Amino acid sequence: MHPARRQRLGVVLIVVFFSSLAIGLVMYAMRGNINLFYPPSEVIAGIAPQGKAIRIGGMVEDKSVQRSTDSLKVKFVITDFQASVEVIYDGILPDLFGEGQGVVVLGVLGSDGRFIANEVLAKHDENYMPPEIADSLKMSKKISAGY
Amino acid sequence: MNQMKIESLQPRLRLFIPLVLFTLIAVFLFRALSLNPASIPSAMIGRSLPEFELPVLENERLTNNADLIGRSILINVWATWCAACVIEHPFLMRLADSGIPIYGVNYKDQVVGARKWLSDYGDPYVTNIIDQHGKLGFDLGVYGAPETFFVDANGIIQYRHVGIINEDIWTSKLARLYSGLEEGVK
Amino acid sequence: MIPELGHFALIMAFVLSIALFLIPLAGSFVSNSGAMHLADSLAVGVFVFIAISFGCLSHAFLTDDFSVRLVSSHSNSLLPPMYKLSAVWGNHEGSLLLWLLILSGWMVCVAISCRSLPLVFSARVLSILGGISTGFLSFSLFTSNPYERLLPSIPADGSDLNPLLQDIGLIIHPPILYMGYVGFAVPFAFALSALMQGRLDAAWARWSRPWTNIAWGFLTLGIMLGSWWAYYELGWGGWWFWDPVENASFMPWLAGTALVHSLAVTEKRGLFKSWTVLLAIFTFSLSLLGTFLVRSGVLTSVHAFASDPSRGLFILIFLFLVVGGSLCLYAFRAPAVASRIGFNLASRESLLLFNNVIFLVASLTILFGTLFPLFMDVLGKGKYSVGPPYFNIVFLPLMALLIPFMGLGPIARWKEDRIRSWQEQLSTPVIAVIICSLVFPLMGKDSFNLWIALSILLAGWILIGLLRSLFDRLRGIRSITTLVGRLTPSYIGMFLAHCGFAISLLGIVVTQQNSQEYDLKMLPGDSKTLSGYTFLFAGVRSVNGPNFLAEEAIFEVTTEGKLVSTLLPQKRRYLSSDSIMTEAGIDAGFWRDLYVAMGEPVGSEGAWAIRLHYKPMVRWIWLGAIFIGIGGIFTAFDKRYRYRYENLVTNESNEDRKFAAAP
Repeated sequence: MHPARRQRLGVVLIVVFFSSLAIGLVMYAMRGNINLFYPPSEVIAGIAPQGKAIRIGGMVEDKSVQRSTDSLKVKFVITDFQASVEVIYDGILPDLFGEGQGVVVLGVLGSDGRFIANEVLAKHDENYMPPEIADSLKMSKKISAGY
Repeated sequence: MNQMKIESLQPRLRLFIPLVLFTLIAVFLFRALSLNPASIPSAMIGRSLPEFELPVLENERLTNNADLIGRSILINVWATWCAACVIEHPFLMRLADSGIPIYGVNYKDQVVGARKWLSDYGDPYVTNIIDQHGKLGFDLGVYGAPETFFVDANGIIQYRHVGIINEDIWTSKLARLYSGLEEGVK
Repeated sequence: MIPELGHFALIMAFVLSIALFLIPLAGSFVSNSGAMHLADSLAVGVFVFIAISFGCLSHAFLTDDFSVRLVSSHSNSLLPPMYKLSAVWGNHEGSLLLWLLILSGWMVCVAISCRSLPLVFSARVLSILGGISTGFLSFSLFTSNPYERLLPSIPADGSDLNPLLQDIGLIIHPPILYMGYVGFAVPFAFALSALMQGRLDAAWARWSRPWTNIAWGFLTLGIMLGSWWAYYELGWGGWWFWDPVENASFMPWLAGTALVHSLAVTEKRGLFKSWTVLLAIFTFSLSLLGTFLVRSGVLTSVHAFASDPSRGLFILIFLFLVVGGSLCLYAFRAPAVASRIGFNLASRESLLLFNNVIFLVASLTILFGTLFPLFMDVLGKGKYSVGPPYFNIVFLPLMALLIPFMGLGPIARWKEDRIRSWQEQLSTPVIAVIICSLVFPLMGKDSFNLWIALSILLAGWILIGLLRSLFDRLRGIRSITTLVGRLTPSYIGMFLAHCGFAISLLGIVVTQQNSQEYDLKMLPGDSKTLSGYTFLFAGVRSVNGPNFLAEEAIFEVTTEGKLVSTLLPQKRRYLSSDSIMTEAGIDAGFWRDLYVAMGEPVGSEGAWAIRLHYKPMVRWIWLGAIFIGIGGIFTAFDKRYRYRYENLVTNESNEDRKFAAAP
C-alpha cells in the first residue's frame, strides 16, 4: 500500500476505534444513570416506575417532618397540592430544607408507595427561585456566583 | 473532467460537517429557550381562593377570603427579604395608580419591617394580609416571592404569574389576561 | 454621578469597539495601512474605557451606593470591604463587566506583542477580538446594564451578598477562570485571521501557541480553584459534582487540551492544519456555549431575573453569529486537501493524534451528557437529569486509555520512531514501577487496593517517560549554558504539566478509594474513630461574626492519644438575608484531610447531625492541577515565541531540532 494511504487508514482506524468505544460507553452509561422527574401526582397515579432511580419534586408538607430520636432517619411528605408522597431519608438534610419549602428528592420508589431518598436537594427562596425541578441546589448556588 | 470536479468537491463538502452539526445544536438550543421552563403547573388555577382568616398589616384586624370577592383583583405575594420584590415594586405602584386593585400577601415576614418598607417605597396595595407563617402562601401553592395571582369577581383563581411583573410582561401578556377577568364575569 | 460616568464609559467602549471591529478589518481587505494601524490604539481605548467603567462600579460597591440596583441587591453596609469588592463580580451584570475587562486586557496584550507580525494579520486578529467585545458590550448595555438606578426610592441598606460567595475562594476564582475562558478568544482570532488569509502554516501555529498555552493554564487554575471552593464551602466534602456549571468550564478545558497538543504538531511538522483551526474554533465555541448555558437559564431554568428571556436569546444569536460565521469561513477557506507530509504509526505525531482524539471524544461525550436533558425537554420526552455516574463511566476509561500513550509522548521522536527503541528505553524502569505499584499500597494503613495499585502503575508510567526524556536531555552536558539551552521553558512546562497530571491522578484515585465518611447524630461528649483518628465532640458555643451569628461545634481530634487538631465547624445564620450556611472545619494535610461539617440540631438534648470525613491525599488533586496550570503558563516563556518570525523553520535552535521539543 502507498505510505500516505496507509497513514490515512491508520488515522481513520484510530478515530473509528475511539468513537465507537465512546459511543459504547455512552450507551452503557445512559442505561442506568439518567433519571426522570415526576411530580407526586404522577407517582400516585402509578405513572412513575418502581425500583428505578427517579426524582420527585414538590413542597414539604407542613408538620409532616418526623425525626427518629436515635439516628438521622427522617420522614416527610412532599406534595404538589394534588397528591402527596411519603419520603424516607437517612442523612443530613441541606441547610435550606424546611416545611413549606420546595425540595427535590432523588431515590427509588418502593412497592409500598413510599419513596426511599438517597439525596435531598432544597431550594433557595431568598430571591425568587422557582423550584423548576430539573434544577439542583448546588447548581443554583453556583449560578448565583454568576459565571 | 467530470470526475475530477467531484473529487475536488467532495473533500470541500466534508468541511461543512461541523457547520451542519452546529446548526442542528443551535436549533435545539433555540427551541429550549422558548420552552419557558418557568411554567410550574399550578393546581390552583380554576379553583376558589383558599379559606383563610388573617390579620391585615394596616391595623391587624382580621380579614377573610370572602372580603376579596366581588371584583377582579390581583393578589401579589411579597416580602421585605425578597430582592426581586424591590424591583417589581415601582411597576406595582403604577398599576395601582391606573386603578387596578392589588391585594398584598406579606409572606413570611416581620410586620414592623413590612410597614416601614411600605412607608419608604409607597404602598400600592388595597390592603395587605399578614401571612407570617406562610399558611396562606402554602394553600395558594406559593414557592417564593414575588408571585401574583389573577382572581376574578367570583373569587376563582384564573392565572398565576411567577416572578416579577414589569412593563414588558404586563403589556405583552398580563394586561390581556386581566381584562379577560373582567369580561369573563360579565 | 459616578455610576453615570461608568455607564458613559461603557458606551464609549462600545463605540470604540465597533470601530475596532469594522475599520481595521475593512482596511485589511482594501490594503489601507492607515486603517489597519488604527487597531492598536482602538484596542487600548476599549480597554481604558472598560477599566474606567469597572472602576466606577467597584467604587459604587465600596461606597455602598444603594441607589444602584446591583449594589442594593448584592451588597450590604455590614459586608467587609474585601467582600464588597468581590461582590462586584458576584452577580451576573458585574461578572459580565469583569469578563469584558479581561477580554480587553487580552486585546491590549495582543496589540502590544504582535507589533512585529504582518500588519494585515495582526489587524484582523484585533478586529475579530473587537467583534467579540462588541457582542459582549452590547449584551451588557442592552440586557444587563449594571448601572441601573433605583430612583427615587433608595433602599436604606442592601440585601447582602449570597453568603456562599463571601469567601476568599470566590474572590480569586472568577478572575482566574475568566482569564482562561476569555483567553481562548485569542487563538480563535488567530485561527480566523489565518483562515481569511488562506495561509495556515507553521508560522500561524507558532504565533498562537503561547496565547493558547497561557489561556489553558489559567483555565486549569480557575477550575482547580472552583473545585477547591466547592470542597470546603458547600459542606459536602465532594470536590467535583459534574453539574452543568462545572461542565461548562470543563468542556473548553478538554478541547483546549487537545488544541494545545495539536498546535504542537502543526507548528513543528506542519500537519493537522485544518484540524487545529477547527479545534481553535471548537474550543472558543465551547466557552461561548458555556456562557450561554450558565447565563440563559435554560439548564437551571429561570432563577431570579431570568424571567426576561431576551438575555438567553441575545447570547444564542451572538453564539450563532460567531460560531456559525467562523464555521462558514472554515468550510470555505480551510485547505480541503490533506497535507502530504507523512509520518509513521510509531511517532510523536500519532501519539499526539491519540491525545487529540481522546480529548475531543471526552469533551463531546460530556457535551452530550450536559445537553441531553435539554434535548429531551425540547422533544417533549420529560424532564431528565444525567447523574455523575454517567460522566464517571464515560470519562474515566477514556482517561485511563490515554495514559499508556502519554507515557511514551515525551520520549517519542517526530516522524519516525521504532517501537524497539521505546522498549529499550523503558523496559527496566517499567519493572521498577510495577514493583512500586505492588509495594506502595501495602505501606499505608489500609489493605491492598487494586485500583490504587493500578493508579500508581499509570502515574509511574507517566513519570518514567518524563524522567527518561529528562535523562536524555541532560546526558553529556558540560556547561551551564548548554544546560539552560536544553531545558527550554517549553520542555519544563510540559514536564510540570505531565507530572501534575500524574499527581492529580494519584490524588483522585486514593481519595475515591480510601475516603471514609460518616453522617451521624452526636451528643456533646460523643466520639467517633475514623481511620485511627478519634473525633471528640466537645461542645457547641455561639459566635458573633461581622454579619452573621453562628453555632460553633468544637471537635478535638486525637490519634494515639495525641491531639492532632481542634476543628471548629460552624452553622451560620446571615443576618440581612436570613440564610443559613454550613462552614466546614478542615484540618488540611499533605497526606490526609480531616473534615467536619454540622448538619442540623436533632432532638431536644443538644445533639447535632454531624458529617465526618477522612480524606487521604485529597490535596494532591489540586496540587497536580496547580502543576498543570503553571506548566501551561511556563511554556509561553520559551525563546521561540519571542516574535522573531522571519525564517521560521531554519531559525529553530539546534537543541530543539535534536530533541523534539515538548508539546
